[in-house]
Amino acid sequence: MSLSGIDRRRFLLTSGALAAGALGAPSILRAQDGPIVLGHLTPRTGFLGPLGEYAVMAVDLAVEEINAAGGIDGRQLQILKEDSVNPQTASTKAERMIERDNVMAIVGEISSASALTIAQTAERAKRLFINTGANSDTLRGSDCKRHMFHVETQNVMYVNAEGQHLLQNGLVEGKRWYLLSADYAFGHDLSKGAHAFLGRHGGELAGEDLIPTDATDFSSFMLKIRDAKPDLVALNLAGTQITSFLKQYGEFGLEFPLGGFGFDTASAWAAGAENFRGTWPCVWNHQIQTEKSRAFVKAFTAKYGKPPENQAWGDYMAIQILAQAIRDTKGTDPAAIIDYFEDPATKFDMMKTRDGYFHPESHQLLQEIYAITALPSGEAANQWDIFTTSGPLPQPDQPLETLIADAVGGTCSFSS
Amino acid sequence: MNMFLFLSQLLNGLLDGFYYLLIAIGLSLIFSLGGIVNLAHGAFFAIGAYLAIAITPYTGFFGAVIIVPLLVAALGVVTERLLFTRFYRVDPLYSLLLTFGLAMVIEQALRWHFGSAPLAYNIPGALRGQVFLGDFIYSRYRIFLIVVAVLAVGGLWLLLNRTAFGRIVRAGIQNPDILAAMGISLRPYLSTVAGIAIGLAGLAGVLMAPIVPVHPAMGGEVLTAAFVVVVIGGLGSFWGVVLAALLVGLVKGLVIAIGLPSWSLAAIYLLMFVVLLLRPRGLMGERILRFE
Repeated sequence: MSLSGIDRRRFLLTSGALAAGALGAPSILRAQDGPIVLGHLTPRTGFLGPLGEYAVMAVDLAVEEINAAGGIDGRQLQILKEDSVNPQTASTKAERMIERDNVMAIVGEISSASALTIAQTAERAKRLFINTGANSDTLRGSDCKRHMFHVETQNVMYVNAEGQHLLQNGLVEGKRWYLLSADYAFGHDLSKGAHAFLGRHGGELAGEDLIPTDATDFSSFMLKIRDAKPDLVALNLAGTQITSFLKQYGEFGLEFPLGGFGFDTASAWAAGAENFRGTWPCVWNHQIQTEKSRAFVKAFTAKYGKPPENQAWGDYMAIQILAQAIRDTKGTDPAAIIDYFEDPATKFDMMKTRDGYFHPESHQLLQEIYAITALPSGEAANQWDIFTTSGPLPQPDQPLETLIADAVGGTCSFSS
Repeated sequence: MNMFLFLSQLLNGLLDGFYYLLIAIGLSLIFSLGGIVNLAHGAFFAIGAYLAIAITPYTGFFGAVIIVPLLVAALGVVTERLLFTRFYRVDPLYSLLLTFGLAMVIEQALRWHFGSAPLAYNIPGALRGQVFLGDFIYSRYRIFLIVVAVLAVGGLWLLLNRTAFGRIVRAGIQNPDILAAMGISLRPYLSTVAGIAIGLAGLAGVLMAPIVPVHPAMGGEVLTAAFVVVVIGGLGSFWGVVLAALLVGLVKGLVIAIGLPSWSLAAIYLLMFVVLLLRPRGLMGERILRFE
């Protein structure tokens, strides 16, 4: 018998319906002992896609480890993963995960714009959204949501940490900066923070440009920077933009000191030892030598053959934090977990020196951050260790709250 | 406004046009001859970049510049023989779907094999450094890139306009039926043209790999710009595409020079819009009966 077109179509329809039924089944059978279902959304294509891939690898690792150890209170963890693509698609997919698959929480995201639409969807449905990669201060300020918590550090934390480094090196007072910012929420927000920082510390602007997110050719900006002769080139770029910039900065032979407020180690790795320069803030990196951090790097490297990127750390941590919350609150009730997260006694081991905790007024996870400095290209031991990391910031005698001083995202109110 | 910087930006924009050219010319050629809009053209560009990374340890950069385009061209011939050839005589919508699917398959295959994170690839030592023209600074590598692009495009022009092969291809673009009536089979020419066009995309991939991030989705980024160039230039016109590529670069440079860099990408679409309003067939588009 041959499959005619119509038969084949009917066959596809039927198998599609069966597949949909199978996917929907867990939510119908959902009982107290059934698996705990989480949704994971993050960009897997586009200029943030490379980071998203690390996020997905880390989530898989975290779920695998938790389930291998017997799950959370005996319940297995199940995760539905999708590409969030853009703000519109992200919110549609979040809605579908909540309505159809009845996920207890959504984890992930990198783009600040998509994080906002997911947060709005989650807030309406009263489900948790754990943001693992979006940095915009506004998400912790005027756009904050009761059900949204941020494992990823916010922009102002990077500005303050990188700013400390620049102040110590005399690159602020009376100095002229050239700013390049990504032309979307994240970059605008960082640019505002950088302007405020310059104003507070007596620096000036030598020039500023907004860069479209899909731009790959930076040659025209190299000409502008060279013409402006700044004391520092400060980048508020994201994803593959940073890599393009680093490669072409080297290509045009510019030697002005380089730094930035937005950064991911994947951008440095992609630029390579030869092109990577400057000092950059970083939420976590694979050189941090705490016991937990070393174990994570080891497990990740064993599974994937390369060290984890900081985005991998973010999504791995988010799953751990949720697992801890489910254990400690003995359930998946969002209201109970929110109370638990907001409780000042709740601490999390962030693989760093000090424990982290959520700032109750913005739901930002307060934690130490780091600065990494590029090694001269001849000194890199391998393709991953092309930088050295600072110790934890702020200094041990300073409270973690100093990192969120002077945030520019407006005031957060959970009532609305 | 600093006059020198202004002129530098215009010149830089003009030079940028050459990168678009390598991709756009092949896109235009495949469409003109076979009527296939090759949405996978950018994916072959990405294959070129990844192949360069894969074989450079054995061949060096300059070896890769020669070998990779040949490998990608061979892939192009295979693609034409296996896939394109079934879609020449049907509604173009089908070939759009085909090449769209092919682009996704290639992108995912690259992701699957090389991972999603961008890979590092550097400018070879011999081409590092800058060239100064008075006060205008330019990268030595980009000069090399432009020279190779000009040679490749010039070679293509000679092939199309000064050889028997080119005469048949040009006749095929205008009227494949008469060519068939004369007893000339277009099939081998279609394969060769697809090979050359896709090989050029591969060449562009090798050449761009040292200066842009090499990641699986890199093809999509160039494809859009290349399409705009082809549309502005007009189908079937060699010089139309060349002119359009330089014009797109120039407009981009101009928009940045007047201080609106965030408009630089939008500007090329505006340019396309204006050109299509004034000249629906593109700047130098020929009247091709079967596409009217």
